[in-house]
Amino acid sequence: MIMPLSGDPPRSRCLSIALVIIVLVLALAPFLFGGAKPLNVTAKICIFIALAASYDLLLGYTGVVSFAHTMFYGIGSYGIAIAMYGLGPRWGAAAVGLTVALPLAAALALVIGLFSLRVQTIFFAMITLAVASAFAVLASQLSWLTGGEDGRSFSVPEVLRPGFRVDVLGLNITGRMLTYYLVFACCAALFLLLLRIVNSPFGRVLQAIRENPFRAEALGFRTVIHRILANCIAAAAAAAAGALNALWLRYTGPDTSLSFSIMLDILLIVVIGGMGTMYGAIVGATLYVLAQNYLQALMGWVSTAAGEAGLPLVPSLFHPDRWLLWLGILFIASVYFFPAGIVGKLRGSR
Amino acid sequence: MSELLTLSAVETHIGRYHILHGVDLAVPEGATTMLLGRNGAGKTTALRTIMGLWRASAGEIRFGGSRIEARPTPDIARAGIGYVPETMAVFSDLTVKENLVLAAREGAMDESRLGWIFGFFPPLKTFWLSRAGTLSGGQKQMLSFARAIIEPRRLLLIDEPTKGLAPAIIGALIDCLAEVKRRGATILLVEQNFRVAQEIGDSVSVMDDGRIVHTSAMAELARDGALQHRLLGLSLGAHQ
Amino acid sequence: MSVDTGIEPGAALPKARGDYLPLLLPVALALAALPFVPVSTWFTLTVAGLAMGMMIFVMASGLTLIFGLMDVLNFGHGAFIAIGAYVATLVLLPLGGWMQADSIWLNLAALLSAIVAAMAVTAVIGLAFERILIVPVYGQHLKQILITMGGMIVAEQLLYALFGPQQIPLALPTSLRGSFLIGDAAIEKYRVVAVLVGLVVFVTMLLILNRTKIGLLIRAGVENGEMVEALGYRIRRLFVGVFMAGSALAGLGGVMWGLYREQVNASMGGELLVLVFIVVIIGGLGSVTGCFIGALLVALLQNYIGFLVPKLSLISDILLMVAVLLWRPRGLYPVTSR
Repeated sequence: MIMPLSGDPPRSRCLSIALVIIVLVLALAPFLFGGAKPLNVTAKICIFIALAASYDLLLGYTGVVSFAHTMFYGIGSYGIAIAMYGLGPRWGAAAVGLTVALPLAAALALVIGLFSLRVQTIFFAMITLAVASAFAVLASQLSWLTGGEDGRSFSVPEVLRPGFRVDVLGLNITGRMLTYYLVFACCAALFLLLLRIVNSPFGRVLQAIRENPFRAEALGFRTVIHRILANCIAAAAAAAAGALNALWLRYTGPDTSLSFSIMLDILLIVVIGGMGTMYGAIVGATLYVLAQNYLQALMGWVSTAAGEAGLPLVPSLFHPDRWLLWLGILFIASVYFFPAGIVGKLRGSR
Repeated sequence: MSELLTLSAVETHIGRYHILHGVDLAVPEGATTMLLGRNGAGKTTALRTIMGLWRASAGEIRFGGSRIEARPTPDIARAGIGYVPETMAVFSDLTVKENLVLAAREGAMDESRLGWIFGFFPPLKTFWLSRAGTLSGGQKQMLSFARAIIEPRRLLLIDEPTKGLAPAIIGALIDCLAEVKRRGATILLVEQNFRVAQEIGDSVSVMDDGRIVHTSAMAELARDGALQHRLLGLSLGAHQ
Repeated sequence: MSVDTGIEPGAALPKARGDYLPLLLPVALALAALPFVPVSTWFTLTVAGLAMGMMIFVMASGLTLIFGLMDVLNFGHGAFIAIGAYVATLVLLPLGGWMQADSIWLNLAALLSAIVAAMAVTAVIGLAFERILIVPVYGQHLKQILITMGGMIVAEQLLYALFGPQQIPLALPTSLRGSFLIGDAAIEKYRVVAVLVGLVVFVTMLLILNRTKIGLLIRAGVENGEMVEALGYRIRRLFVGVFMAGSALAGLGGVMWGLYREQVNASMGGELLVLVFIVVIIGGLGSVTGCFIGALLVALLQNYIGFLVPKLSLISDILLMVAVLLWRPRGLYPVTSR
């Protein structure tokens, strides 16, 4: 148990139990639930765990705020989508997409880091915001490549298609299940890799820099290089998560990969789960994706009910499109009152 | 002689570091009190705590009879304390004139007082409209001094004014301090240069490790070489 | 004892007093574009660029000043832009008659009341924003970024909830519609007005910063707030004042932008915030003059590139930012202390 966790166990009984349950449910999801929606939800949880964990490397461990994480996520998504769309539903195409997208994401992160991390973390936040929004505009305008606002739908290799069926030990395995397990395994591997990185000597230097950059610099650590490297790793991991998302959806478009609301999702997951804990990504992503899928419906119901009751303003405040309003309020409240997040709270009250 | 400023059992923490461990200090009115001690003894922290730039976590500070340790820095300054920090902290983007305009809180600068200051520090007149950032180190120190005395203050807190300055400038600073004192101000001066301290100090307190370890008349400490050596780790002979 | 030999530490070479090179950049850019465009088009594009630049400057100046003085980067600044535009729309609704009237005085009276209302409302909201959201996180950049970004989103969503997602038309008053013709070049009247307003704001800011005691305090506070306090000034009050003024300027910018586009939408704040950030980075965080030049550069370049290579204009801002940062890594006029 300790080996794959890189010597960084959950360190809280409640947290361990919650994690075991989440991982078990995610692992058995194709057999536990019927229908398409639950599997879509669990797959999204898996992907968001990897995505949020990669962001935690930046926000929680390096102490810098990036608004460009969805850009890297999008690069991964578009990498797969464009390759599969152009080269056909072959594994080779996926490999091409990945070999272009991952280095591209890392290289872009390197350039952004070189420009902005030398000066101040606040500079980094501003520049990532500017670059990411320019990238989003670019992606929606270069329709010959990206499909513009419509995005790109594509076919996946045969074994991953919903129609594909095979009997293994009497179990009826579909292509959808195989895709799910591909996503699950890759996300688990990404998470464990990131856990290893933050617990490596490199990760400890990052935390030393976060705590006191001047002291770390005085001790001889090149803070800029460490921050830039962390940015590159996080970018590549986000791109990998994006690629998995594209494979699962068999589609990539601005709304599923580049929109600012995904950036907000990631921020909220990491803050609510607990910054600088990695496990926060698991707890946060699970709660968040569940809430997103089921609470939005509740909001719709409240909105309609309030509308029928003739209340002013309430219908528009609770309209499902105003999801971000409540998210924003929750976000501010978490940063103020709950900065350690769920994992921090659980560990504190061990 | 009554005491203008007293610190009793003052403790100061900076972050997780405990810097002042119960400082007891009395500054008699109308006199020049030297605060000596090795690097890191807590002298600068003591001055900053008096100014309210660090908050005392325990103890009390009285200025002219009323407690000031919990009051905001601007109020402490307005009670009549001028501060010359170790870094001089001139506003380098502002001209010499603008620096002094800000320091003169009560409105227009008093021309005769300005002339009096120019008498000690002629370069301030020469560079009146230059940006303070372009001044030399000594000129910046002059400006920092001038800022503290542009209006009469009851108490001046001065942190290592002679550090790294040429002898001629040190001489001008000493003359200025003597004149300021003659006009009735009380001075608390942190100094590393023992000769300067000896020349202008009336009384002396020595700090070590966040505490006051010695208080006496300046002359008394100046006479006792062994005591100097023990408290300050210096012997005059070797340091000339 | 350290007795020096006459060479004083700290007597570094005087910094180059007049760093005028960046001031020439907008002029150089305009001249560089001249050979590629017909003269009349160039004239139109340049005026359009200047107008756009002035509006962005008005929005960005508050942000950069707030950052310089308080070390607070307000990601919620964009919200004030949108709020200003909405307030103006609400005020102009009942004043439709004045706006449609043929009298320039009635037109201006309507506009002026819209502007005053927008600036007052954004100043008050700025005060609340500072009190509620920012005060608890002074000095903590990470939380500051997160909190103000959260505030931005909440404000934007509230605008959506209150006014709906649709574009709301905001018509120009009669006397500001249409264009002048100078030779072949058509110059929209409103753009000239925008340039004038921007110049007035810029000159006023410079005068306040350089000629008044408040201005001295702000400049001194940008450099060393602690020493300003040790001289006996309550810098908190200064903070609040500057924050309100900066928010009001964002509101003014929002009104100007709404009239320029002749429509208002809740998402305009977020979109303009990105532009404002680029401008502030180019200018150097905290510098008003840098911000002014940055705004002109960004807007002029957008207009020229938009005419010459439309696709490239999507990323021309970013490319400009990269070029400036390659030349001066902290922007054109970095503020010395940070």
